[in-house]
Amino acid sequence: MKRFLGFVRKEFLHIFRDYRTLFILFGIPTAEILIFGFAISMDIKDAGIAVLDLSKDEVTQKLTNKITSSGFFKKSENLLNYNDIDKAFKKGKTKAVIIFEKDFGKNLLSEGKSSLSIIADGSEPNTATLITNYTSAIVNDFTRELSGPALNKSVLIKPEVRMFYNPNLKSYFMFVPGVITLVLILICALMTSVTITREKEFGTMEVLLVSPLKPVQIILGKVMPYFILSFVNVLVILGLSWLVFGLPVKGSIVLLLAESMLYILMSLTLGILISTVSQNMQQAIFISLIGLMLPTILLSGFIFPIENMPKVYDYVSMIMPPRYFITIIKNIMIKGTGFMYIWKETLVLIAMTLLFTGLSVRKFKIRLE
Amino acid sequence: MRTILFLIRKEFLQIFRNKFISKAIFGVPIIQMLILVPAITFEIKDVRLAIIDKDMTPESRGLISKLEGSTFFRVSYSTFSESDASDKLNRNKCNIILNIPSGFGKDITTGNQGKLTAVVNAINSSSAQLSWAYLNGVIGDYNKDLIRKNISYSPVVTMPQIQIANRYWYNETLNYKYYMLPGILVILVTAIGFLLAGLNMVREKEIGTIEQINVTPVRKYHFITAKMVPFLIIGLVDLALGLVIGKLAFNIPFEGSIMLMFFAASIFLIAVLGLALFVSTFSATQQQYMFVAFFCMIIFILMSGIFTPYDSMPMWAQDLNLINPVAYLMRINRMVMLKGSTISDISRELYSLTILATCFTVFAVSRYRKTA
Repeated sequence: MKRFLGFVRKEFLHIFRDYRTLFILFGIPTAEILIFGFAISMDIKDAGIAVLDLSKDEVTQKLTNKITSSGFFKKSENLLNYNDIDKAFKKGKTKAVIIFEKDFGKNLLSEGKSSLSIIADGSEPNTATLITNYTSAIVNDFTRELSGPALNKSVLIKPEVRMFYNPNLKSYFMFVPGVITLVLILICALMTSVTITREKEFGTMEVLLVSPLKPVQIILGKVMPYFILSFVNVLVILGLSWLVFGLPVKGSIVLLLAESMLYILMSLTLGILISTVSQNMQQAIFISLIGLMLPTILLSGFIFPIENMPKVYDYVSMIMPPRYFITIIKNIMIKGTGFMYIWKETLVLIAMTLLFTGLSVRKFKIRLE
Repeated sequence: MRTILFLIRKEFLQIFRNKFISKAIFGVPIIQMLILVPAITFEIKDVRLAIIDKDMTPESRGLISKLEGSTFFRVSYSTFSESDASDKLNRNKCNIILNIPSGFGKDITTGNQGKLTAVVNAINSSSAQLSWAYLNGVIGDYNKDLIRKNISYSPVVTMPQIQIANRYWYNETLNYKYYMLPGILVILVTAIGFLLAGLNMVREKEIGTIEQINVTPVRKYHFITAKMVPFLIIGLVDLALGLVIGKLAFNIPFEGSIMLMFFAASIFLIAVLGLALFVSTFSATQQQYMFVAFFCMIIFILMSGIFTPYDSMPMWAQDLNLINPVAYLMRINRMVMLKGSTISDISRELYSLTILATCFTVFAVSRYRKTA
């Protein structure tokens, strides 16, 4: 035991000596939380909109003003004819063009009917959908204002909406769980796999293997410091999201921390498994960074809901551990539900941890080749 | 020149001698593109509803069948208990609870407004807003149906109407693959170039082989060029592979000039590789480098506008993006590939990338020391 503690101490010294790595270890989650919180959002704001006004009357002027003053849009330019549309799109600043037909205002006031078209840049489908939705809503609003109080009579159903869990529709409710999930698995898998392959590559593994320490102790000793560091990382992220966004943990914090430990453990065993199949650090880094990063971001339900994907991806994403942890963390943190709601996911994570451990033990070579 | 060629040959030999890496630099992008591109969509379909119909009148049933008939919604539960429904919401078995209180139908027939409540799972705020907008649309349609069927409900009001026609250019069906393929391609090219080039350099330092180069008459810029060229070529080959996959597997059109895209990608790769080699001069071990690279890449990727609209970012973030090469190529790729933008449309991006490429490369050459 004393030997083992000495070994753990050596590993800690290795890590703490390299203050730059340590800084980045905590810098990554901090930067991510801040980027997701303040820099990027799924919603549109100031999207460039160009107007092709073939009517040029008071009504089109008013409607254009109403659209551009909504905050969602910014007028990028006025177009003169249809040929300009393609040019405007190709320059990239214009995301949609609104075309008012000839005599738009006259038709609306005399016949009560007129038409406009919205041409959106489909190369960004999400922005395009939002733009057409928002513009249509603004135009409908406009007609409602025109018709005045008479309209009220024709509203037979009055729906009311409650945005549950996230009443102010903040995007960080989705991002914070995602960031924790992403950061933990990448950092854990990366660090364990690299630190073990490093010993292999430099031949110092041999030194460790001939020492009286058992292989299990070597691996445990290597993994222990990262377990503790990652756990501190979880606390940092939770603390930050509470301080910066005021996002509290609704459910049991003890349960959340316990589940995080399980997830960290799973990620570490994944890292060990990667290290047993890679000969050198480059390979380990390649697998754990390039191999894991995009699938973790895209197939875990972090940004893109799995239920909207084609059916096969429901099965493909089942082998992605982050998928389960995101569900767990959303349940505890945001919905405030208890263990009864997440026992299945927890079991899957435990099974994965055991599987990775088993595979690593089988693959781990005590002798050098 | 001969020296550079020899050095480049050495680098290629070293890269391709490693069996895993030589397969992975081409295999991993292909596999990831094939798997990831079709997965991603923001499109909302099959929003699952739990319905609490306490009214049970023709009016409420009409609304429910209207919802069942729409393409967006699927009624997955009907119940009378609110706690049962909210349990379903907690378990993610439904996305929206629609609560129709008793008296709904009576209110409508007597000319009062029928009230109903929708409870939306809003953890993902943007899809919550969209599905609520669709739900509201269906309710509005039903409202119109009621008026049309039974004029006695309310007096006919002639209200002005503006007909809106939506069209989507360059991607009429709003196929998300068009959007994601160029984006994922940029990420993969960046990751491979940035990570491998830097690791390669630091590895020479870490195992000491860099000393053997340092004692030869090889010049600093020779060495840096020789470290960049192989990864530049690998990056371009990966890009070409990705475009072929786009064409063959997903039938994504290529509107613009392929030459222009490769030209832009080359400048981009020089910038990224220059930055990689610059960062590598600060790192003593591969582990250190990997962390810095990971840090930079995550920030570059998230800020590049790959998933999120670029113009929604606040001004300071857009200013920060001036030094983010990934943001430029993300825009260029999508513009050239999908819209057929020409060199004059993307001139600003090209200038900026050229400046970045020059700066990073100069930094890398000048920071590199042959003497210890």
